[in-house]
Amino acid sequence: MAEGKYEAGDNVYREDNKFYSTIVGLAELRNNVITVIPLKGFYIPSIGDIVIGKIIDVIPTAWILDIRAPWNAILFAKEYLSKPLNVMKEDIRSFLDVGEMVMAKVTSFDRTKNPLLNAKGQGLGKIQKGMIVEVNPTRVPRIIGKKGSMISLLKKESGCQIYVGKNGRILISGKSRENEILVAEAIKKIELEAHISGLTDRIHEFLMKRR
Amino acid sequence: MSNIVPSIKKRHIMALAESGKRIDGRGLTDMRKLEIRTNVLDKAEGSATVKLGDTYVIAGIKFEIGDPFPDIPNEGVISVNAEFLPLASPTFESGPPDERAIELARIVDRAFRGAKMINTQRLCIIPGKKVWIVWVDIFILDHCGNLIDASALASLCALMTTKMPRTEVIENEVKVLNEYVPLPISNLPITITLAKIGDKLFVDPSLDEEEVMDCRISVAFVEKNGQEHICAMQKGGPGILTPEELMRAVEIAKVKSQELRKIVLSGGE
Amino acid sequence: MGIRKLISEDGLRIDGRRLDEIRPIRFKIGVLKNADGSAYVEWGKTKILVGVYGPREAHPKHLAVPDRCIVQARYHMAPFSVEERKSPAPSRREIELSKVIREALEPAIFVEMFPRTTIDIFAEVLQADGSTRCATISAASLALADAGIPMRDLVSSIAVAKVEDQIVLDVKDEEDKHGSADMPIAIMPSKNVITLIQMDGMLTYEEFKKAFELAKKGCMEVYKKQRETLESYFKEIKVGLENV
Repeated sequence: MAEGKYEAGDNVYREDNKFYSTIVGLAELRNNVITVIPLKGFYIPSIGDIVIGKIIDVIPTAWILDIRAPWNAILFAKEYLSKPLNVMKEDIRSFLDVGEMVMAKVTSFDRTKNPLLNAKGQGLGKIQKGMIVEVNPTRVPRIIGKKGSMISLLKKESGCQIYVGKNGRILISGKSRENEILVAEAIKKIELEAHISGLTDRIHEFLMKRR
Repeated sequence: MSNIVPSIKKRHIMALAESGKRIDGRGLTDMRKLEIRTNVLDKAEGSATVKLGDTYVIAGIKFEIGDPFPDIPNEGVISVNAEFLPLASPTFESGPPDERAIELARIVDRAFRGAKMINTQRLCIIPGKKVWIVWVDIFILDHCGNLIDASALASLCALMTTKMPRTEVIENEVKVLNEYVPLPISNLPITITLAKIGDKLFVDPSLDEEEVMDCRISVAFVEKNGQEHICAMQKGGPGILTPEELMRAVEIAKVKSQELRKIVLSGGE
Repeated sequence: MGIRKLISEDGLRIDGRRLDEIRPIRFKIGVLKNADGSAYVEWGKTKILVGVYGPREAHPKHLAVPDRCIVQARYHMAPFSVEERKSPAPSRREIELSKVIREALEPAIFVEMFPRTTIDIFAEVLQADGSTRCATISAASLALADAGIPMRDLVSSIAVAKVEDQIVLDVKDEEDKHGSADMPIAIMPSKNVITLIQMDGMLTYEEFKKAFELAKKGCMEVYKKQRETLESYFKEIKVGLENV
């Protein structure tokens, strides 16, 4: 990929003075650091990320969530419930059960341990209504758009609330099912047509026509 | 069992190798002490034990009359099978042969087949109908490294001492006689395995060396028309080899296999 | 055995190829919806589909290793992939090939980046006409790239054989069956290192060296095709991200 006095950033490794990309992606050089942005791939958790997880298992004091990462995430009861769980008397599944979706924040992760979540803060917790669509996690920036332009457009034109999880799960919550479906279609369109220029205009047109 | 590489051991082995030494005192191309014993069993038509250092392997040969393969109707069949007995290592479990045992058996078999070591046409009893199936069963008794070479050697020595029952065919009925002839062996393929650790190659790796190796390469040589031929090759393990390392391994294996063949021909030790 | 000649007097093989010519190879990436990465290859008449899952939590759990991800591979031949129906139960050959295929791909993967996870590679041979392990390895490395799994390089693979005293490149079924030696290799081309080598049959040292050089040349041709396929597949996605 390159040769010379640089530093290797994300998705780049060096051997002697040669730099190689580890994935197929876009190379970028900033402040002498070479990084490669993936074109397709999976979600790697990062502390502070807001993600949407699906509960796939429970243990006596925690829930196990699929967050579309190589590792399942753990949500301890105390990170969700307002008062301590009495394991003898209460069944953890009565609060959150397998199959339910949760909006949560990544609080700890370093690849050697499973990522830990918190679902107590503002806007976090069990997802009660709305619909969820999935996009490839690498496509999240495109859904949000430059300075949030795309997501603002979607919200404005549909009247829906839209929450984009860093792991490529998106919650759409609107007044009617029709509105939610419209946003879901628009998001799929963004994902599929991201390579054709004038995307924002086309999405605008799409929403106007369908509204 | 986990297979975490003990890093201190690896550094130690690599540091010693810089000066051409190994933790058990050998040079990089030395094999461990070899003991071959043949005809160790009465009920098997051929048998041998091989001790290579502390690695201990037994091979037994049995005959069975069976049907030939349709594409080679006039040839007998050699079938190699390996069992990694649970008594031989804490990492071996009971059950059908796993991929390690299957790979080992197929490497041993490949060398025999590649060398055309046994004249399989002479194992034919009734052309197209009945042939001898020669079962080579390798049992690993103590796993202390380099099972491939020890097993190949045990199988070879067992086959060299094998007595093949004579048969008589009367009106398409096969009668096995109480007389024996030697197995028709035309040459002696010898397999040499080298472990790669760092940029060094270690002939006949011990268990310690196998634990830390990047990968191994096995090369079998056979002498034919006065010339050495490669008759099987296999890289094993998840590491890499450079082309130079491969060439070096083949050259070392050529020399070592000639030495080992002399030992086999002189009756072991 | 009365076999027809595998190499004609003017030095052409049964399918009309020259001795050092590879068959037409066509890779396709991203052919499965569920798999995290996938690829399909048509390599002459050999047709293979590869799906990759992961990195994902190890199942069963005891397989997990604390300092890296484990790679699992399954090479499997469909019963209808060969002339006479093959039993779908895994044969000894398939078990061995699964192992060497895994070991050919693993050196390319940054396994240490994903502790306690697995990457599963599933290859189905739909039609076999020789060199199936090489085609599997080459296609699997594209499927791994499609899954976004960090790799040191692609792995490119091809087989060489000795047929009627000549060394030939890219071995077809008949050449494998009736040739006197067969040697598949896999390399990481930009690193010039070997990740798979096997040989059966008989070769002199000189023949071996010649065969190895020819195989390396063949791997470079496969590598070129792999890269071309990757580039055209990712081109569309690339334009999209550049707009962000």
